[in-house]
Amino acid sequence: MNKPVPAHNIGGYVPMIDGPEKVSGRAKYTADILQPGMLAGRIYRSPYSHAEIVNVDVSEALKMPGVKAVVIGTDCDRTFGVLPIARSEHPLARDKVRYRGEPVAAVAAVDDDTAREAIRRIKLTVRELPAYHTAKEALAPDATPLHAKKPGNLERDVLFELGNVTQGFAEADLVREGTYNCAEVCQNQMEMHAAIADYDAMRDRMTVHASTQVPYYVHLMLSQILSMDMSRIRVVKPHVGGGFGCRTETLNVELIAALLARKANGIVRIVTTREETFITHRGRPETDIRLKIGMRKDGLITAVECDCDQRGGAHSGYGVVTILYAGSMLYAIYDLHNVKYLGRRVLTNTPPCGAFRGHGTVDIRFAFESLVDQMARELGLDPFAVRRANLLNAPTFTDNDLMVNSYGLPDCLDWVEKESGWKQRRGRLGNGKGLGMACSHYISGASKPVNWTGEPHATVKIKLDFDGSIVVLSGAADIGQGSTTILAQTVAEVLGLDLSRVRVITGDSEVVPKDNGSYSSRVTFMVGNAALDAARNLKTVLVNAAARKLEARPEDIECLGEVYRAGAQDKGTTFDDVVVEALKDTGTITVTGNYSTIPESHGGKKYRGAAIGGTMGYSYSAQVVEVSVDEETGVVTVDKVWVAHDCGKALNRLTVEGQVQGSVWMGMGQAMSEEAAYHDGLMVTSNMLDYRVPTIQDSPPIEVGIVESNDPHGPFGAKEAGEGSLAAFLPALTNAIADAIGIRFNDLPVTPDRVFEALEKRRRGGTKSGAA
Amino acid sequence: MPRVVQIALNGRARTDAVADNILLLDYLREIVGLTGTKTGCDGGECGACTVLIDGKPTLSCLTLVSTVGGTHIETVESLGHNGRLSAVQRGFHEKLGSQCGYCTPGFIMASVGLLRSNPNPTDVEILEALGGNICRCTGYVKIIEAVKHAATLNAQGVPP
Repeated sequence: MNKPVPAHNIGGYVPMIDGPEKVSGRAKYTADILQPGMLAGRIYRSPYSHAEIVNVDVSEALKMPGVKAVVIGTDCDRTFGVLPIARSEHPLARDKVRYRGEPVAAVAAVDDDTAREAIRRIKLTVRELPAYHTAKEALAPDATPLHAKKPGNLERDVLFELGNVTQGFAEADLVREGTYNCAEVCQNQMEMHAAIADYDAMRDRMTVHASTQVPYYVHLMLSQILSMDMSRIRVVKPHVGGGFGCRTETLNVELIAALLARKANGIVRIVTTREETFITHRGRPETDIRLKIGMRKDGLITAVECDCDQRGGAHSGYGVVTILYAGSMLYAIYDLHNVKYLGRRVLTNTPPCGAFRGHGTVDIRFAFESLVDQMARELGLDPFAVRRANLLNAPTFTDNDLMVNSYGLPDCLDWVEKESGWKQRRGRLGNGKGLGMACSHYISGASKPVNWTGEPHATVKIKLDFDGSIVVLSGAADIGQGSTTILAQTVAEVLGLDLSRVRVITGDSEVVPKDNGSYSSRVTFMVGNAALDAARNLKTVLVNAAARKLEARPEDIECLGEVYRAGAQDKGTTFDDVVVEALKDTGTITVTGNYSTIPESHGGKKYRGAAIGGTMGYSYSAQVVEVSVDEETGVVTVDKVWVAHDCGKALNRLTVEGQVQGSVWMGMGQAMSEEAAYHDGLMVTSNMLDYRVPTIQDSPPIEVGIVESNDPHGPFGAKEAGEGSLAAFLPALTNAIADAIGIRFNDLPVTPDRVFEALEKRRRGGTKSGAA
Repeated sequence: MPRVVQIALNGRARTDAVADNILLLDYLREIVGLTGTKTGCDGGECGACTVLIDGKPTLSCLTLVSTVGGTHIETVESLGHNGRLSAVQRGFHEKLGSQCGYCTPGFIMASVGLLRSNPNPTDVEILEALGGNICRCTGYVKIIEAVKHAATLNAQGVPP
């Protein structure tokens, strides 16, 4: 007789369990959910950057046949925002407009043509105010405040000094300072924003389907904006076509759809255009950084001083958190002491920025790794040696009280150094070619959720019924990163069952437990641990049932997936029979799994906001980028990328590779071509031709090394894989360009015209470095 | 002005009265209800809406239905045989050429068009055939692997 063995589901290459739907066109995204009688919603947007609203005249729109509802700012006096401390935004502007593209009115009509025509007939009368499209202009002493409660247009400043920076610089052999500018970039996820709101007037209930990363936040904000009891609201997240942080916040789109639906007593679908999706982007702010580092001859960093200004846009959004991350995440990658940080989040008359993949860490990491590379060159040190001279001695707590347990950065460095042939090839590639390297890191979910309620950080339920199928219920939003697959794998692994036994239901507030959402790479760690707990609880129930059936003690029962037995001699009983036995007690079985972070991971209190950056585990990444620079045209080609990512444990090697490649590539877009540009406050790159996303023909091979540091708290040792590798690409690229042509670029993106200009300047006898 | 258009859609003959200004994309999604074909941009920027017209990959967002009378149009819903995924579908599923899945139908139809006319494409030919399709998740590495895997499966007899 063949010995029964439990199925193994962790650590292999597992295609996503919802892949067949995606490749067959059966996966329904919000805009695909067609319903009879559905109305088309359209938004009228401000053509002014900054103005007092005198009048919004919608009378001509209302007269049109086929128009079912029009809403304007006076229909809703409530505000929304992702952070409880910064809810400054109205779904439709009241009193003032603060950026070009801000929603002012909206129409629901029988079809899209009618809705668009009605929008054209709306007349906005304003008294214009001075507008500020850069952080510097907005901070000018005489600038008119965008928000009465924010004098000086300073959303938030952060200042800390930990250690003694003056002393640190005195101990350095080399002190260098650089200034860096990173352009604003947009997530530009492929699915444009969409929401369908269905108002049931008879019962006073609202159902909203939305393209969101956090259905729970949508639920909260709908309740707030509609002044409706939360129990009357249902939020459904269908398939979502990417997010990258854009949809962490509740957007005005879903709130406006709900306001329209209630007023029209019907179903309203809003699908934004690509242009509107760009304006509603919540991307990475334009950032100006001044960075000063002190270094000893052996590469040890003795002091760091960093100023960071972010052009946040017209509303706070996530801004307070972004400017805090930029400071706190200077730490937890290298062993730093004597660090001073001054961050300023500035309100400007541009669309609000928010959380973009690598939230808050990316531009700072670009500056840091660039300056370290420059100083290593000046000291005649290998860039790898400088990183190794500053490694953390984990497990440890950083000076700002961040808890670091597993730390795979040394292995990441080794892997990319070896695979890229760094030692043999660097400096020997020939004219116009070069190699550059850099490192980065990221959190596996913020240890404290944005809305602190005292509940566990994550909750997962599993239902088991007469049919023997394992149904996992989770609020975690799969937005393409594969979290649904990871949850299925986790549960199947614990129970030793084939993956096909497990189904995962997510994203319907009527059915699934609340989840804090898919942001800051929290799902695998937090929800994964909750799924692990739930699966173990279910296993206990099943083992107890098997013990009764086999008349054995529970501790003697061996679970082999499809077979349970009492000792190796026992031929045992089947999973199906165990289920029948288990149901005798209780009927349908539902178990709960929870996960709560430990207090040690919650960050410190040494400065206001010091908890930001606290996590249960940091991922680490090292990269080597190989480039060719065409000195005639300024065109930079990335020939190859080697990236090693410490994800603790790869639960699914296929999706880890996919996440890491996607991160690196998104970093490439930011580094080389992407820029949200404005003319007088109007975004002039609001399409995919002018906002230049790399095509398949621009994109390099990306070789991924998976480093497994086995985090003591991660599910099966896992940490995040979806964000940490983005940031290192940017400096690895500019370091490679510096290696290739001896010119260092401190301003992003490094477009061919910038490279050409720098080369021309040098040909005419300008300086060699600091070209940008 | 509406006009009557006869097409073969995924092998089925259809006759519809359509307005002159209706895009093939909106016709497929909003009138027929085949929502597998995706809208990803404001016109001709991203390739998400790619379908085959008489076997040739075409952007349905830049095509008026009134101009395609008498043609055979294939969308992602037409792929797969006897309940099994086609070679290109399997390639994208098994090699993770699809993450969020939104650009996937466009990539798949462009790849089907490629493999039907060129069953053994070189890397350069794959890049050229997919040069008008934007993916924001994968970095394209696994999309290239997916198409190569599909070509291998196709050579073993699985239709593209």
